[in-house]
Amino acid sequence: MEPITSHTGKAIVMPNNNIDTDQIIPKQFLKNILKTGYAPHLFFDWRYDQSGKPKPDFALNKPENQGATILISGENFGCGSSREHAVWSLTDWGFKVVIAGSFSDIFYMNSTKNGLLAISLPAADRKILNTATSTDQITVNLVDQYVEFKGQRFHFDIDPMWKNKFINGLDDIDITMKYEDQIEAYEAAMPTFD
Amino acid sequence: MSKTMFEKIWDRHVITGQPGEPQLIYVDLHLVHEVTSPQAFQGLRMNHRKVRRPDRTFATMDHNVPTKDIFNVKDLISKKQIETLRQNAKDFGIRLAGMGEADQGIIHVIGPQLGLTQPGQTIVCGDSHTSTHGAFGSIAFGIGTSEVEHVFATQTIWQVEPKQMGIHVHGKLPDGVYAKDIIMAIIAKYGVKFGVGHAVEFYGDTIDAMSMEERMTLCNMVIEGGAKMGVVHPDQITFDYVAGRKYAPKDMAAAEDYWSQFQTDDPAAFDEVIDFDVSDLAPFITWGTNPGMAVPYDQAFPEPQDQNDAHAYEYVGIKPGMKPTEIPITWAFFGSCTNGRLSDLRIAASYLKNKHIAPGVHALVVPGSMAIREAAEKEGIAQIFRDAGCDWRMPGCSACLGMNPDKIPAGAHCASTSNRNFEGRQGAGSRTHLASPAMVAAAALNGHFVDIRKEASVWSR
Ligand code: SF4
Repeated sequence: MEPITSHTGKAIVMPNNNIDTDQIIPKQFLKNILKTGYAPHLFFDWRYDQSGKPKPDFALNKPENQGATILISGENFGCGSSREHAVWSLTDWGFKVVIAGSFSDIFYMNSTKNGLLAISLPAADRKILNTATSTDQITVNLVDQYVEFKGQRFHFDIDPMWKNKFINGLDDIDITMKYEDQIEAYEAAMPTFD
Repeated sequence: MSKTMFEKIWDRHVITGQPGEPQLIYVDLHLVHEVTSPQAFQGLRMNHRKVRRPDRTFATMDHNVPTKDIFNVKDLISKKQIETLRQNAKDFGIRLAGMGEADQGIIHVIGPQLGLTQPGQTIVCGDSHTSTHGAFGSIAFGIGTSEVEHVFATQTIWQVEPKQMGIHVHGKLPDGVYAKDIIMAIIAKYGVKFGVGHAVEFYGDTIDAMSMEERMTLCNMVIEGGAKMGVVHPDQITFDYVAGRKYAPKDMAAAEDYWSQFQTDDPAAFDEVIDFDVSDLAPFITWGTNPGMAVPYDQAFPEPQDQNDAHAYEYVGIKPGMKPTEIPITWAFFGSCTNGRLSDLRIAASYLKNKHIAPGVHALVVPGSMAIREAAEKEGIAQIFRDAGCDWRMPGCSACLGMNPDKIPAGAHCASTSNRNFEGRQGAGSRTHLASPAMVAAAALNGHFVDIRKEASVWSR
C-alpha cells in the first residue's frame, strides 16, 4: 500500500446521507476478475441516463471535476452490501480520501485494506467544506490529524492502529509479516510424514 | 480441563495471539477455485508479492465449468475466470487440476480424493462448503477474497476461535435413510442459525459406522445450519481412506500415530451438546427456500409461521398441507460437493437399474470429479444412468448453483441432491427440493417423491 502522511487535492461534494454500496457500484459490475477497472461504473445509476449517456450535471461528469481526489459526503457512507468493489471503484476513479459524517463498519474496514482514507467530520465542519469548488484545494494532514480548507483547520479522530497503517503504507499482509520469524519457526517445527 | 478435538488442532496451529481475540493461525492447505481467487492474485501482483507456500496450495476450476462440452466455454465471464486461473496458477507456481485433466473436479471432492485433505490440518478455501473437509478430523472453513490474498502471501489467517458444539448422533439408520437425511433433519429441527459462531463435532455410534463419504455429506451441509464448520474425529476408517492416495503421507504409520491424538476428551469439553437419535428417522425433503424448510417424507407441509414462510410457498408454488408425493417433479439433479461422490451415484444407480425415468422428467447426472466419472464408467453405473434416460455429464458444480449453462427452468420443480434451495439458486425462478440421492432417483422414476423405505431393502446402503 502507498504511504499517506498528507494529501492535497480538489474535492467533489455529494452531501447526501446514506449513500449505499449499491449506488456506489451496482451489482451487475461485480463479475470482474480484477480490483481495477471499476472507475467507469462508479455511481453508475446516477451518472448515466437510460441510454447510457453521461448526465452532464452529475458531479463526476463535469469537466472541471476531473482529477478530483477527495469526496465529501453525508452520514452513513457506504452502507448496505459488504462488496469490497465499492472501495475499489472509488480508488480506481482516483479518490484517495472520503470525508463523511460517518461510515458503515464494513466499508470502513474495506477502505483500510485498500489505502482509501475515510475521515469522519461533524456536520458543522462539512457544511464549510461543502462550499468547496473545483478551483479550491483541500489538504488532509494525517500526521497532525486535520483537514485544512481556506485557512481553516478541522480536527479529526482516527484509531492509532489505522493511522499507523496509512502513514507507513502497511496493509494486513505487511502487519502479519512482522511475525515472519514466528511463521518460519512454526514451519520448521511442523511434523512431516515423508 | 478437557478439550475438544477441534481445540487440540487449533492450539497446535496458533502462531501468535490470545484466546478470545484474533489469533494468527497457520494454514496447512489452501484450496483455490476460479471464482474467488482472481482479485487475490491481482492484489499479489500489485504489491509484488509471491505465494508463500505454493506446495500447500492447490487449484482447480469447478463453478463455471460446462458439463456438456467441457472445452467449449461460451459465457465470456466464465471463460475469463477459467483462463485467469490457469494463468495465475502458472505465474505463481501453484498446482492446478486444469480443464479436462484427470484430477479435475469440485474442489471439495478432489481435496479428499487426492489425499490432500488429511486429519489434524487447517484447511481454507474461498468457498463456504470448505467445511466438507472437517470430516477427516481437520479444521476447515470458508474465507473471503481479501483473506485468500492474505493466505497466499503469508500462509496464515487471523481468526477468533469459535465456540464448541457437539452433536451426539446415535442409533441405526433405517433402510432408505442416509447421512443427507440426518443433516437435513437436524437443520429442520434446530433451524438455519443453530450453529452460528460454532464448530460442530458429530460423534456417536452412527458416525463411527459411517464411511468417509457419508461423514463428508454431514460436514458439508452443517454450514446450512449456520455453523462455521463441521468436524468428525479421525479413526481407522479415516486413515484407510487417506492411505495410498496421490498426496497421502508416505510414512502412514507415523502419520496415523500423530493423527490419533486428535480426539475430544469427553462431551463436557463442548459448550453445548445436542442429542440426536436416528433410529426412527424418515427421508427428508425441503418444501421451501432455505434448507431448514424441510419435512420428513410422511409429513404434510406445515402451516406458514411468518411472512418468510408465506413468501416461500408462493415462490415454490405449493400449499401447506400438501404431501411430498404431490410435488410435480420435472427435473432431477444428481451431483454437487454434498452428494456427487461415487457412493452417492452407486445408490442412485442401484435404484435406476433396469428402469426408465418418468416421461417429461429431465435428469442431470454430474459426477463430483473426473475420477468419479471414470470409476462410474468402469463400474457400469454410467451406463445405468444413460439407459434410464438420464443425461450423463462431465464433472463440475453445475446446477448446484447454475453458474454454468446447467440451469433449471423457471417454475420447474427439481429434486436435487445439492445443498441449497435458495430462490433462483439453480436458475432464475427454479424450485429446488433437496433430498438424498436415493429419494431423487425415486422422484425421477415416478415424477414425484415416493417412500423409498418400502423398496430400500433391494439395494444396499
Ligand atoms: S458443488 Fe455447489 S456448494 Fe459445492 S462448491 Fe460447487 S457450487 Fe459450491
